[in-house]
Amino acid sequence: MNILLSINEKSYAIEAASETPLLWAIRDIVGLTGTKFGCGVSQCGACSVLIDGNLIKSCGIPVSFAVGKEIFTIEGTSETLEFLREAWNEGNVPQCGYCQSGQLIAATSLLDKIHHPSDEDIDTAMSDNICRCGTYTRIKKAIHRAAALKNKSL
Amino acid sequence: MSKIQQVNRRDFVKLIGLASGGILLGCNVSTSQKEFVPQEKGTFTPNLFIQIQKDGTITLLASRSEMGQGIRTSLASAIADEMEADWKYISLKQATGDAKYGNQNTDGSRSVRTMLLPMRKMGATAKLMLISAAAKKWNLAETDCEAKNHYVINKITGDQIFFGDLVDEAAKVEVPAQERLTLKKVEDFKYIGKTLKSIDLKDFTHGTAGYGIDVRIPDMKFAAIARCPVTFGTVKSFDQKAALETIGVTDVFKLERLVPPTGRFFGALGGVAVIANNTWAAFQGKMNLDIEWNYGENKSFNSVEFQEKLRKRVHQKGKLVSGSTGNVSAAFKESNNTIEATYTVPFLVHAPMEVPNATAWFKGNEIEVWAPVQDPQTARAELAHFFEIPLENITVNVTFLGGGFGRKSKSDFVVEAVALSKKIKGPVQVVWTREDDIQHSFYHATSVQYLKGSLDVNGQVTGWLQRVGLPSIVSSFKPMSDYASGFELNQGFTNNPYNLTNFRLENVKAESHLRIGWMRSVVHIHSAFGNNSFVDELAFAAKKDPFEFYLNLIGEDRVLEGTSDHPFDSKRLKNVLKTVAKTSNWGKKLPKGHGLGLAVHYSFYSYVATVVEVSSVKDKIKVENIWTAIDCGLVLNKDNVKNQLEGAAIFGMSLAMFGKITTKEGAVEQYNYNDYRMTRMKDAPNIEVTIIDNMDTDPTGVGEPGVPVIAPAICNAIFNATGNRVRSLPLADSGLV
Repeated sequence: MNILLSINEKSYAIEAASETPLLWAIRDIVGLTGTKFGCGVSQCGACSVLIDGNLIKSCGIPVSFAVGKEIFTIEGTSETLEFLREAWNEGNVPQCGYCQSGQLIAATSLLDKIHHPSDEDIDTAMSDNICRCGTYTRIKKAIHRAAALKNKSL
Repeated sequence: MSKIQQVNRRDFVKLIGLASGGILLGCNVSTSQKEFVPQEKGTFTPNLFIQIQKDGTITLLASRSEMGQGIRTSLASAIADEMEADWKYISLKQATGDAKYGNQNTDGSRSVRTMLLPMRKMGATAKLMLISAAAKKWNLAETDCEAKNHYVINKITGDQIFFGDLVDEAAKVEVPAQERLTLKKVEDFKYIGKTLKSIDLKDFTHGTAGYGIDVRIPDMKFAAIARCPVTFGTVKSFDQKAALETIGVTDVFKLERLVPPTGRFFGALGGVAVIANNTWAAFQGKMNLDIEWNYGENKSFNSVEFQEKLRKRVHQKGKLVSGSTGNVSAAFKESNNTIEATYTVPFLVHAPMEVPNATAWFKGNEIEVWAPVQDPQTARAELAHFFEIPLENITVNVTFLGGGFGRKSKSDFVVEAVALSKKIKGPVQVVWTREDDIQHSFYHATSVQYLKGSLDVNGQVTGWLQRVGLPSIVSSFKPMSDYASGFELNQGFTNNPYNLTNFRLENVKAESHLRIGWMRSVVHIHSAFGNNSFVDELAFAAKKDPFEFYLNLIGEDRVLEGTSDHPFDSKRLKNVLKTVAKTSNWGKKLPKGHGLGLAVHYSFYSYVATVVEVSSVKDKIKVENIWTAIDCGLVLNKDNVKNQLEGAAIFGMSLAMFGKITTKEGAVEQYNYNDYRMTRMKDAPNIEVTIIDNMDTDPTGVGEPGVPVIAPAICNAIFNATGNRVRSLPLADSGLV
C-alpha cells in the first residue's frame, strides 16, 4: 500500500506492506540506514527511533503505526541530540559504533524528559540498549556531560 | 620490512584506488605470525602505502578491518607523529581484500604489534623527503630545517613552507635509506602514547558509518536463508508455496552446501534461500517455508551429555602434552595437602551487534563483494576456489564491522551471498537474522578441566596436574581433529606464567559436533578460568592471601625467550599484579556481603591483572567494581587502550554471568538476546584501567588480553564474599544472577 512517512521533518511517499516493521521500511524502502537492525525482537535497542517524541523500537511496530506521526532518527538533529553528540565526542565513546545510533536516540529521549538524570535514571533508561563492545561507562558519563551542557545553555 | 620506495606508476596508483599525483610511498611488511587460517601468499610488493597530496592531505591506506578496536586511528597516528603532520590533514582509505596489502587477517591482537615500526618509518621517510625539498629551495643544509605541524621550518630565518607546497619538489627527492631515518624519542611523541579520538567519531554519531548491512546498490535484492538446525544437515524436501506468496518475495530456491577443502576456507552451510525486495520480506518468506531436513549424524549431539562425557574423560589419564616437567605423582605422594577441582566453560557465541551479512554481485567472470570481514583475503581466495573465477577478477570491499570478535573472520556469509547472486544474476544482500547468528555460528568451544595440586607445609605449590578436554578449532578445517591442538594449548595451558617444578598437562579427546571457531581471547578464556580459579583454591588451602600467593607462584624475576619476538618477563606480570593490588586497595575492609577476587593472565604477549569487587544480596551477585592493569609495552593511543580494556571487562562479564550455548538433538537451544543474554547498562560496574608506562618496549596485544581475567576474578570474588566456589560457567546456572 502507499504510505506517507514524515522522518526528521521530511516527507517520504513509499510503497510497503502495512505490517512491515518500521525499521525495515526506514532502512530498505526509504533508504535511511543509520537506524540499525540488531535482534528483530525489541531486545537490543539498536533500532530505536522517536515517534512523536516517544522512544520506540522500530523493529517491533508496523510502519502503519507511524503514519501521520513525526519520526525522529539518528539522521535528524535536535538540541538535545547535538549536546549528546558533543559529549559522545568529548568522551570518545564508540568502539565499533554500530549500536550508537540507538544509544544516542535512547539518550535523547531520556534527556528530553529528565534534565538532571541520576545514575539510576540512566540505568533504567539505557538498559534496553545492548553494546557488545561494552562502552556503557562511557555512555553514562557522556549522558551526564550532555545534561550539564544542556542545562548550562538554558 | 622491505625498503621504502616511491611508487610512481600511474596504473598502480589507480589499482590501489588512490587519486594520482603527489607522493606515494610504499613498503613491504611481512608477518611471520602463525595464522588460524592459511594465508594466501603475496607476490606483489609493496603492501603498505601513504600518499601526500598538494593540498596537504595525507592518506593512509588502511589494510586492517575496523571493528571497534580503533585500528584506523591508531595506525594513522603513528605516521602522523613521525611525519610531524597536523592531525586534521589525515584521512584513511579502506583497502580491499588483496594480498598486495600484506597480511590483512585482523585477529590475534596483532595489528599494532606487527605494523607500528613500518608505519613510523614511513612517516619518518616522508618527513625527510619534505625537509630535503625545503632545504634545496632555501639552499640550506637539511640540518638547518625542521618539520613541525605540517610545515617545514627554516631554523635560521624562521621562514616556513606548508607540506603540500613541497610535494612536487619532494617527489623528485631520492627516497632516503632506512639508515638515515631517525625515529622520534618517546619524550618527543606528539600523538603516540597520547589520546587521540577515533577518526570516525562523526560518522559513528550521525549514523553515516557504512557497515556491511548498510550497503545499497541499485536494483539489489535482499535474501534470507533457512539453514538446517543440525550442523551439516541437508534439505530433504521443501514446500515453497507459502514463502512465494509472501508479499515482496520474488524467488525461493535450494542452496547446496559448499564443503570447504581440507585445511582451508569455511564454505557455506546451504539451505533454502528466499529472495525478496526488502530484508523483512525475505525474513517473512523464510518463516513461511516448510522444510524437511536430513539431519545427519550430528542429530544425536546433546551438549549437556557431551560435557558429562568430557568430565568423565578428564578424571582419567589423558595424553601427555610436551612442556610437562618434573614428577607430579611423586609430589602428590609427598604432600599431605592436595586439592582437586573440575571446571567447566560452556559453548559461547560472538553475537556481534551487526549480524553476519554480505552484498555480492556475480557478473559472469567477475565478482564484487561488500562485506564486514576481518579477513578479506581469505574471503577472496575462498570465492576464487568455489566459483572458479580468477583471483584478480574478484574485489572484496571491506566495510565497517559492527563488531567482529572473531565471527567475521569466517567468510561463510560472503560465500552465501555470491552463490545467491550467481543464481539470480544480479546484486543481492544476504542478512542473517539474530536467530541465525546464534544458531549457526562457529562456536567458541566448551571445555572441561580437571586440576590437582599439592602444597608443602609452607604453602608452596609442589605439584600441578591439569587435564583439558576442549573441541579443537582445527576440526573446522580438518575432520577428525579430536584433541585440542598445540597452538590452542599454548594459549595459557602449556605456558602458564607460574614457576612450577612439577607440572603435568594432559589432553583428552573432545570431538566436534558444531562448527568450532575462535572468539575474542580464544583458548585463553579456558586457561585463565581454570588456572586462576585453581590458584585461588590453592591459596585458600595454603591459608595464604591470594595476592601474596600469586606473587610467590609467579616466582623469581626471569625472562623466557620463547620463539616469538616478545619474551615473557615475570617481573612485568608481578608489576601489573602489584599495581592492581594498589589501585583496588587490596586487603581493605569491605562492606558486609562484599568480596574481592583476583586474576592474573598473560596473553597476546600482554600482561594483565584484574581485581573484581562483588556484592551478594539475597544470593544474587552484583559486580560493583573492576580494576584492571595492563602492560602492553608501548601504548599507541592511550584512551583507545582504556576503552578496549573497559569493553573487555564487559565482554568478560557477559560470558561469566550469562554466556551459554547448549544443544539438544543437535540443534542450538538459544535464539536471541533474550536467552543469550548480555551485560547491560544496569549491570555495568565502575571500571578503572591502569596502563603501565612502558613506552620503550615493543607494543603487544590490546583487543583481547583484558577478557580472560574477568570470569575467574568474579568467581574468586564470589568465594571471598560468600564462601561459595563457582566452578562452572555461567553464574546464571548457579542461580547467582
